[in-house]
Amino acid sequence: MLEIKNLHARIAEDGTEILNGIDLVVKPGEVHAIMGPNGSGKSTLSYVLSGKDDYEVTEGDILFNGESILELGPDERAAAGFFLAFQYPIEIPGVATMTFLKAAINAQRKARGESEITTPDFMRLVKETSAKLNISSDMLKRPLNVGFSGGEKKRNEIMQMALLQPKLCILDETDSGLDIDALKVVSEGVNALRSPDRAFIVITHYQRLLDHIVPDVVHVLSKGRIVKTGGPELALELEKNGYADFVDVAA
Amino acid sequence: MPAVQETIATVSAIDVDKYKYGFTTEIESERAPKGLDESTVRYISAKKGEPEWLLEWRLDAYRRWLTMTEPTWARVDYPQIDFQDLYYYSAPKKTAGPSSLDEVDPELLATYAKLGIPLREQEILAGVENGQRQVAVDAVFDSVSVVTTFRAELAKHGVIFCSFSEAVREYPELVKQYLGSVVPTSDNFYATLNSAVFSDGSFVYIPKGVRCPMELSTYFRINEKNTGQFERTLIIADEGSYVSYLEGCTAPTRDENQLHAAVVELVALKDAEIKYSTVQNWYPGDKNGKGGIYNFVTKRGDCRGDSAKISWTQVETGSAITWKYPSCILRGDNSVGEFYSIAISNGRQQVDSGTKMIHLGKNTRSRIISKGISAGHSNNTYRGLVSANRKATNARNFTQCDSLLIGENCGAHTVPYIESRNSSAVFEHEATTSKISDDQMFYCTSRGLSEEDAVALIVNGFVKDVLQHLPMEFMVETQKLIGISLEGSVG
Ligand SMILES: Nc1ncnc2c1ncn2[C@@H]1O[C@H](COP(=O)(O)OP(=O)(O)OP(=O)(O)O)[C@@H](O)[C@H]1O
Ligand SMILES: [Mg+2]
Repeated sequence: MLEIKNLHARIAEDGTEILNGIDLVVKPGEVHAIMGPNGSGKSTLSYVLSGKDDYEVTEGDILFNGESILELGPDERAAAGFFLAFQYPIEIPGVATMTFLKAAINAQRKARGESEITTPDFMRLVKETSAKLNISSDMLKRPLNVGFSGGEKKRNEIMQMALLQPKLCILDETDSGLDIDALKVVSEGVNALRSPDRAFIVITHYQRLLDHIVPDVVHVLSKGRIVKTGGPELALELEKNGYADFVDVAA
Repeated sequence: MPAVQETIATVSAIDVDKYKYGFTTEIESERAPKGLDESTVRYISAKKGEPEWLLEWRLDAYRRWLTMTEPTWARVDYPQIDFQDLYYYSAPKKTAGPSSLDEVDPELLATYAKLGIPLREQEILAGVENGQRQVAVDAVFDSVSVVTTFRAELAKHGVIFCSFSEAVREYPELVKQYLGSVVPTSDNFYATLNSAVFSDGSFVYIPKGVRCPMELSTYFRINEKNTGQFERTLIIADEGSYVSYLEGCTAPTRDENQLHAAVVELVALKDAEIKYSTVQNWYPGDKNGKGGIYNFVTKRGDCRGDSAKISWTQVETGSAITWKYPSCILRGDNSVGEFYSIAISNGRQQVDSGTKMIHLGKNTRSRIISKGISAGHSNNTYRGLVSANRKATNARNFTQCDSLLIGENCGAHTVPYIESRNSSAVFEHEATTSKISDDQMFYCTSRGLSEEDAVALIVNGFVKDVLQHLPMEFMVETQKLIGISLEGSVG
């Protein structure tokens, strides 16, 4: 599904290299966890995958279902099935969450040549989805992410993901800021979306998320490269010993 | 290129062909000779068959105007206007005041059809059956009103809605009593000029206790080259009455600047309410600032009786230069003034707009919500005055001015003046300036929205508080218009 080949990327503005040759293959149905120290480039990888133009790809390629997506804008990648749950979701003042959701769903449908969702269908869909994530109808009326608590923002990201039904879900530290109950609710939300034709890249610092969302593969990112790949046991090992061993490998 | 930068580049790249109303109508017209002197004033007055007192009133204004100079305090910049290089009167030849639609030149009907303005009552009535609301329209083309719809229906309720010229003929007493009573001939350079040469416009009178049964609207179209449009609107809401009025404007795409200097006077007597909405979409000029309308307009409402209410709602997307301050004189005790404004500037547009709330009576209240959006190389200034007279005990004002900047090359400015001569008056002022950030753009586009849709969504969110004050049937239109203006019509 996703094939990242020797990906190098730098900050467009000042040319600082952040990603230094990442190789990663994600097959449909798989869950890949990416761990790594602060500043190692995890969020940058998620942005580059989603097409944020603060970054320039200087080498390598990103293939989605065999085709390079480097030339596609973020909206086109979204329509193709990319979704990024942001580490720090952005506030959009004045735009009700509901309005935003509908605009996003319809934009993607339009890009795929489908007709707009009807209002009753949309209402039903949002009601069902938000209920599962303990999101109140009051919150749906509020401007998107404005004044939402950290945990509310994260749940809102997962709700958007559930509504948009993407093919490739990238979750950037969705667990941070969640209380114990919310972590469970969110994990259940994610697990409910797991399917043979959908893949996940889960960025996290903690094993506790991976207790709920069990990954197939775990990668360690350091200084913009993947320095170690293993099974779920790798995360447990990191939890115990920290990154010291791997960061040294990279150095 | 960061997302927002790119949007702006896209916006400025698209030329004005996005301005949908830029076509011209080929129609034979009758014009006053170029230039302005006493004979021009006499020509206009004679064309309209006006009584002596009105001619004198005009001439008086003209003589006063000669002694005045153009105001320069606004934050707008334009070359000197040569007032002798303009035509002050232009009327489609075959339309010397038609009494029915069948007499209107088909060219004109086609023009309005193209603009989407319904002039055939049957069609509007058909629309009503499909759930749309009725709107009576006065269509003003260059210097004359070409048709006013639904007059018979309105007459049943005693409502007078007609062209200004007609009002002078049919209701001289009302005109004489109220004309210039809110905006005196000596008010300011442009208002004085207007008083001398005003051509046509709408006249509305709502009798005591009547709630006007439909939305009234005037649609202004400037067609002729090098012709100034000086229309005059007078709305009188007698005691306990209510009216909602909408004004729309467009003009062809032309390389020359065109002058528009209108005067609007509103009078609300005791317990009356006037809701005046404007969707101003004059041609803004091209992306380099060539052409476009100079919109120098004086709009003022007088809450002449106790508990009267006047509310201005304006959506300003067009014009090269906007100089406009719809104001309220809160004379009656407990009277209320409101000003809700959305001003969008893009390309090289310059907007200097705001309001004045003059609190004279006791317990008078006013509310100002202004949303300015600047993009491209435009400049957008809010200029407002809130004042309380010595007798305005317990006057209250709340002002909120929000500016949204799109890109690095535009400017937003807020110039609030407050004058309070009564210690019990409470005036509150809040102002914010924000930007559409690249992060917001990325967040929206990563959810599948195109950049243009994302800007339109964020801007519509920004102006929501004001949009909801527009008549329902114009809200959706306006939302679309906002999208289009930022797409590049004003690029
Ligand atoms: N737009 C940018 N401008 C400047 N520096 C940047 C930018 N984006 C990323 N960086 C830098 O690149 C490095 C990688 O950042 P990134 O956010 O990808 O790390 P991370 O692995 O997600 O860290 P964390 O675990 O703290 O979330 C950091 O040193 C960061 O400061
Ligand atoms: Mg990060």
